[in-house]
Amino acid sequence: MKFPISWVSEFAKLPKDLDSDSITQALVGAGFEVEGVQNLADEIKGPIKFGKVISIEEITEYKKPIRWVSVDVGEIHNVICGAQNFKVGDHVVVALPGALLPGPFPITARETYGRTSDGMICSARELGMGDDHTGILVMEEQDSPIGSDAIATLGLDEVIFDVAINPDRGYAMSIRGIARELATAFNLDFQDPASLVEVNDANSQSGPIKVSIIEGADRIHLRSVSEVNPNAKSPLWMVRRLQMCGMRSISIAVDVTNYVMIELGQPLHAFDSDRIKGSIIVRSAKEIKTIKTLDEQQRELFPENLLIADESGALAIAGTMGGFESEVTSKTKAITIEAAHFDPVLIAKNARSHKLSTEASRRFERGVDPLLTHIASMRAVNLLVEHTGANYIGFNSVDNLKSAQKIQFDPQAPSKVIGGKYTNEVVQEVLRAIGCEIDESKKDLWQVTRPSWRPDLNASIDLVEEVARLNGYENIPSILPASPLSRGLTPAQRRRRRVVQLLANRGLTEVQSYPFVSAETISIMGFTGDRAKSYRLANPISEQEPFLRTHLVPGLIQTGLKNFSRGVRSLGIFEIGNIYRAINEPSDSPIIGVDTKPSAEEIAKLLAHVPKQPLCIGGFFAGAIERESWWGKGRNFDWSDATEAAVEVVRSCGYEPTIHASDFAPWHPGRCAELRVNGTMVGHSGELHPRVISALGLPERAGAFMVNLDAIPYPESVKAKSITTMVPTIQDIALIVKSEVVLADLTNALIQGAGELLEKIELFDRYQGAGVPEGQLSYAFTLTFRAADRTLTAEEVGGYRASAIVSANKACGAVLRS
Amino acid sequence: MSISIAEVEESAASALSAIAGAKDLAELKVVKIEHLGDKSGLSKASQALGKVAAEEKATFGKIVGEAKAKVSAAFEARIKVLESDRDARVLIEERVDVTLPLDRRSSGGIHPLTSLREDISDLFIGMGYEVAEGPEIEAEWLNFDALNIPADHPARTMQDTFFIEPISAGLVLRTHTSPVQIRTMLERTPPIYVICPGRTFRSDELDATHTPVFNQVEGLVIDRGITMANLKGTLDHFATAMFGQGIVTRLRPSFFPFTEPSAEVDIRCFACRGENTLENDSCRTCRGEGWIEWGGCGMVNPKVLQACGVDQNEFSGFAFGMGLERTLMFRHGITDMRDIVEGDIRFTQHFGAGR
Repeated sequence: MKFPISWVSEFAKLPKDLDSDSITQALVGAGFEVEGVQNLADEIKGPIKFGKVISIEEITEYKKPIRWVSVDVGEIHNVICGAQNFKVGDHVVVALPGALLPGPFPITARETYGRTSDGMICSARELGMGDDHTGILVMEEQDSPIGSDAIATLGLDEVIFDVAINPDRGYAMSIRGIARELATAFNLDFQDPASLVEVNDANSQSGPIKVSIIEGADRIHLRSVSEVNPNAKSPLWMVRRLQMCGMRSISIAVDVTNYVMIELGQPLHAFDSDRIKGSIIVRSAKEIKTIKTLDEQQRELFPENLLIADESGALAIAGTMGGFESEVTSKTKAITIEAAHFDPVLIAKNARSHKLSTEASRRFERGVDPLLTHIASMRAVNLLVEHTGANYIGFNSVDNLKSAQKIQFDPQAPSKVIGGKYTNEVVQEVLRAIGCEIDESKKDLWQVTRPSWRPDLNASIDLVEEVARLNGYENIPSILPASPLSRGLTPAQRRRRRVVQLLANRGLTEVQSYPFVSAETISIMGFTGDRAKSYRLANPISEQEPFLRTHLVPGLIQTGLKNFSRGVRSLGIFEIGNIYRAINEPSDSPIIGVDTKPSAEEIAKLLAHVPKQPLCIGGFFAGAIERESWWGKGRNFDWSDATEAAVEVVRSCGYEPTIHASDFAPWHPGRCAELRVNGTMVGHSGELHPRVISALGLPERAGAFMVNLDAIPYPESVKAKSITTMVPTIQDIALIVKSEVVLADLTNALIQGAGELLEKIELFDRYQGAGVPEGQLSYAFTLTFRAADRTLTAEEVGGYRASAIVSANKACGAVLRS
Repeated sequence: MSISIAEVEESAASALSAIAGAKDLAELKVVKIEHLGDKSGLSKASQALGKVAAEEKATFGKIVGEAKAKVSAAFEARIKVLESDRDARVLIEERVDVTLPLDRRSSGGIHPLTSLREDISDLFIGMGYEVAEGPEIEAEWLNFDALNIPADHPARTMQDTFFIEPISAGLVLRTHTSPVQIRTMLERTPPIYVICPGRTFRSDELDATHTPVFNQVEGLVIDRGITMANLKGTLDHFATAMFGQGIVTRLRPSFFPFTEPSAEVDIRCFACRGENTLENDSCRTCRGEGWIEWGGCGMVNPKVLQACGVDQNEFSGFAFGMGLERTLMFRHGITDMRDIVEGDIRFTQHFGAGR
């Protein structure tokens, strides 16, 4: 909310020497973020005076018409002026040599069009008074005594504050509320502007327009005036204040409603009484389908929209925007001012359903003082009577307002919640400053009645907050709580750290990508089964990417592509994050209240309603893993690097995975490994499918892996193995098998056959070519045997070796290579 | 054949001179054959000893023996010198340039958000907290209802929250890590001291200061006698750990549905340390305000405790939350959010794999 501080000063007498820094600090301390302070005096300097146009000489020898004007500002100044919208006798604003206009634009006597222009006649915009520069500013005679200082009269030296108002503080969206806060902050007397309005409804006539409330409001006042002078203009001071609050002057009727709204906080609407058919009804739209609002938009209404209606249809979207058909025009002679207290939730819905956040709706949503309707409407009528010569006819109203419940309040509560000591006196002082009434008849449990303008105060804790706030959050002590012992990280959290560190140390770079995926990506990946079951966002950032990731690899590839586009040629990246698979169609949400803790059954249902989102780690590799340099040739990433990384991840989780050939999108069907732990699949790795590589323009042979960390169990603690000092016995075996045989099977057969004393088996050669028949492969292994209690003899080990070969022959048809 | 003493002495002298003159082991080997070999003057002198007259034998023998010993000693000494020269030379010849590049493989990096998340977790574990986590697709009840954000609250519109289809499923991408607090309160009994780091989502477009996917860290404490002073103490400790000694916090009254009283947390500007004022607003970090907005906090709203079944007669609590990206930007002088989220490997590699 923007406001000039002078307006606030009318009700809270701020000392003249109070600087804007102190005011800012007071506002911030009270919970009002100051978004800007504009000191107009910084931008403008006198002499700027009102003057009367004495004579005008039209100069015509130039391309555009120019005037040579004599103005009387107490002395005569002759000025060159390009504007044409004034005549002899008009009062204007003259910036004299030495003045400074916003820009900055210094004024000097200068030679122009062959004359010496001794000052400047100003437009509104040149004075920083809004955007109007259609001509120079012509003043009303009574507002602008000749030779008097225009800066003061036009408020060009005002200080304007722009303050953010939190959603619970509707009362502060008014001069009334801000003045009350500043009066409290600086300990000044506060004059409530609402109390300055005399309302004498007991002796008043009823107005011509009847009113009723069907729903959505608990109080409404309609006040009507007649004989409005259609040519009446808003007084200068009102226009200037509205401008400084960021509003344009529109017409006297609209200006008056805006002015009262800003001053008191009660939004008002002015109707042309003659355009209301029958009586006014507050009701929901239901069968009323449309309204043309005063911004001349034809709007479709939602049945639940709250309206101000008459017998012919909608007059206004209640609390949000008035209708075009009933608005006050330059021909209006009779005006009805409507002031209502609406249900804040309904106004919020009105505003949201029409994407119309207006000055009125913002106030109603945050809560308006319900006891203002008769006062604010009266204030508006008084201003209309004063400035348009109208006659006040009378009013009609409905008042269904219920009184607010008293709050039971333990005066010790602030000390208990905030910490530190707040005496009963301090607590009382705060509560009274914000307008509460306190019944202290029970010493330990006060009965507190909130002021009508604070609908946000409903419970003890709300009052505690006020005590903390008005005593200053800066006075809250800083005390660390005595916390219990921590059990530290969970096994899952430790695992997460280990795998991240592992991959980073292996030369991979961690990335974090958005989980949003396009249909095209899903199709390129060739996802089927659970990987194709994506959740869809109802409101994605981009309609191109409405799906949530079911896999980490697509996001890693996208990140890789971004890096390639920036000149990277090789990379190894990884990401740790959750994936989401809509394995079951989402069912309707369980409905649970918030008044008590849900039952165990309800909690279980709720937690089960949220899908499992396993934590996964994935990697993507492309280009060179080793570059070429003084050490020799470089080497490109291949399937084995991806699988090695995946295996290392599983190992760092405490398991040695088994590896099985797999055909799993988006991997190459012949180069995809499935990793299993205890027989359960935990991840895949290998080279990407050539179709994926070509569709996305990836470097050849790019690889990837993903391991589901949540699928890997947490190992029991490891029992130590005793270390034998006996010497090992080494045996080499070279075997020939058909090339279809998978190494893992051959190795397993050897391990089975070699017996318990086999300590280690290592492949040291894999060969195909001369000496090995076509379609077969030679594998050479080193087998290490060791017994804990003795040195093995060559004879004994020879037996194990032979048994291993037999086993390999049986399982895989392996024959010893001669 | 006879050899004079003079000849012996001459042989010895020439041997000594040759040994001294041998420049390397190969030359010394030639010298050895020439001056100590069978055909050398000294060997010949030894052989001639038998023919020497008996009365001269002792004298001559002594002279020959002494000459041979002297030459042998010189040879042994020389060989040591030359061997040592050779060894030294080999070490020099085998020298490599140890400054050759070793970047056969590029070095990796841990994303600084991960490191920050770990640092903050460790800090709070040291303070007796535990790390609590929860899912990213979350039930609306946990993300909103239980946090006193009713169905008609503006935060629940599509402008702020990503909804999962169908809307009737009541599932959203969590807009904060606060549902983890709710889960913790539903699952555990107080005292509760948890820190909740995690990824959160709001439907903002990516720009220099916003990202639709971001990270938060929230803290929740529920215990007997917990006050706002405890909150302030905790935040001061946290701020000092993040931004250095002397960086205190300031609480400003604010509004959040799930806390009351609520406050914004500002930190003392780490660039100017609050020495700039509004008149002298030269500090570019805080624009002269002396304070920087860091996060939100407050005492857990009784309505939230009620929905989670926490006995309010016995327990009270506080909660706070900060953006990790924002904290990271402050700590490392990052000026553009996009650098953090776009996945450019140069950004992460600069931070390295260690700390």
